[in-house]
Amino acid sequence: MLYAILCYHDEDFVGSWTKEQDAAVMSKLAVVQDKLRKAGRLGPVARLLPTTAATTLRKDGPPVVLDGPYAETKEQLLGFYIIDCENLDAAVDVARELGAANPGGAYEIRPVGIFDPGARAK
Amino acid sequence: MTDVAWIDAALTSARPQAVGALLRYFRNLDTAEEAFQNACLRALKSWPQNGPPRDAAAWLIMVGRNAAIDEVRRANKQEELTDDTADLDDAEEEIAERLDGSHYRDDILRLLFICCHPDLPATQQIALALRIVSGLSVKQIARAFLVSEAAMEQRITRAKTRVAKAGVPFETPGAVERSERLAAVAAMIYLIFNEGYSASGETSDIRMPLCEEAIRLARLLLRLFRSEPEIMGLTALLLLQHARAAARFDANGELVLLEDQDRALWNQKLITEGVALIDKAMRHRRSGPYQVQAAVAALHSRAARPEDTDWAQIDLLYGALEVMQPSPVVTLNRAVAVSKVRGPEAALTMIEPLGGRLSSYFHYFGVRGAFLMQLGRNDEAREAFDRAIALANTSAEAAHIRMHLDRLMRDSQPESAALPKK
Repeated sequence: MLYAILCYHDEDFVGSWTKEQDAAVMSKLAVVQDKLRKAGRLGPVARLLPTTAATTLRKDGPPVVLDGPYAETKEQLLGFYIIDCENLDAAVDVARELGAANPGGAYEIRPVGIFDPGARAK
Repeated sequence: MTDVAWIDAALTSARPQAVGALLRYFRNLDTAEEAFQNACLRALKSWPQNGPPRDAAAWLIMVGRNAAIDEVRRANKQEELTDDTADLDDAEEEIAERLDGSHYRDDILRLLFICCHPDLPATQQIALALRIVSGLSVKQIARAFLVSEAAMEQRITRAKTRVAKAGVPFETPGAVERSERLAAVAAMIYLIFNEGYSASGETSDIRMPLCEEAIRLARLLLRLFRSEPEIMGLTALLLLQHARAAARFDANGELVLLEDQDRALWNQKLITEGVALIDKAMRHRRSGPYQVQAAVAALHSRAARPEDTDWAQIDLLYGALEVMQPSPVVTLNRAVAVSKVRGPEAALTMIEPLGGRLSSYFHYFGVRGAFLMQLGRNDEAREAFDRAIALANTSAEAAHIRMHLDRLMRDSQPESAALPKK
């Protein structure tokens, strides 16, 4: 079963990390990712730019293009992982491991319905 | 997340919102700041033990407010102090709810507007913003501005006194006033950036944080004004300029010109964000000086090699900027693009009328010298370069011009009579 792990965190807080702090988090996360990759369980991974770079297309009624993220929330969607897991328990375990490398905020674990790796996949 | 560096990041990111809310409660900048400091001290004691709160800003506002109220009570009645942090967890949800909503934006804006009070000269505006909004220590700010701590302390105190005298505006400003003040905040952020960006090689390390701080403030402002194309343009401009930071000085601290920079050192992540923002801004079809300058920077950052630069487009953009913001410096910049598209002769003609107004501007003589050199008018070029050196603001600027002069010397010496270099 494929799961998406959606990463939510306060982007002001993440933006206040020093270069060293940011690099430290990324390298700790890389350890977890490498383990998953070697086990053939790691799908696409993305770190998103700040919500200031976001644009939203509202489709209810005539489509309207709005600046900013879909929802103004205390914590923002900052990235995601796609991972292959036996079951929800295993997915939660992975999220826990990622969480230990990057505490604070929250991970939303969502089973993937349809997955198309797209043309850019290696 | 509980060691000091992480708590520091949490306090820094919560600061504008927390100080802004405390200012709303107390209507006094000093009280608000003190309350925030107190809350930070308590956070450093409480968070490592109890873990960080889910909403750091709400916690700091609550604790800061209670601490300040206690202080007043204690001063008045010598009442006993109770530790309020214990029952904070219950209160937190409710406060977080309230903060998410209406006040957040106004609180931060008020804080920014106060720093950009029209009564304050620019130097005081940026010092105050770095102290109050960014939370840099007086020592850090003094260091970045290369002045003594005492002098910076005085500058900030003066600014605060002026702001207090002028009265802190608590009403939400109307649309016209708001857009005027927004422009002032944008200008202030740009100034902070330039303070860092114009540093020389020797001081760039200690002044670089100013660039990073300016970017943080620009992002903050953009979050408050998500559909202002000029704020997108400002943020993009700062990101794109800062992306080149690692390539701007060589190992000896000498300035490296754009065309000589090692483009592999450019920060692609910042470039991506900058280009994304300028892209977004242009969809609004409401151009402005920051957007145009960001578009120029984006064209540079898109060129894999200097010769790939779209100078014709840059010429057009500077032409647009000349209309929006006529200034001899803009024309000078345009002339550089013109020299690439139409040659040094046309460029020289373009800057000839600027000589009067730019007679004490380093770059004017540097650029003029370069055009003259390209035209083989070496004596005049040497004259211009000499003037430039006399006007150089940093040793890196002077060193760069000296390099041109050395080349002129070499070129003008007949090979048979080549003398050993000095």
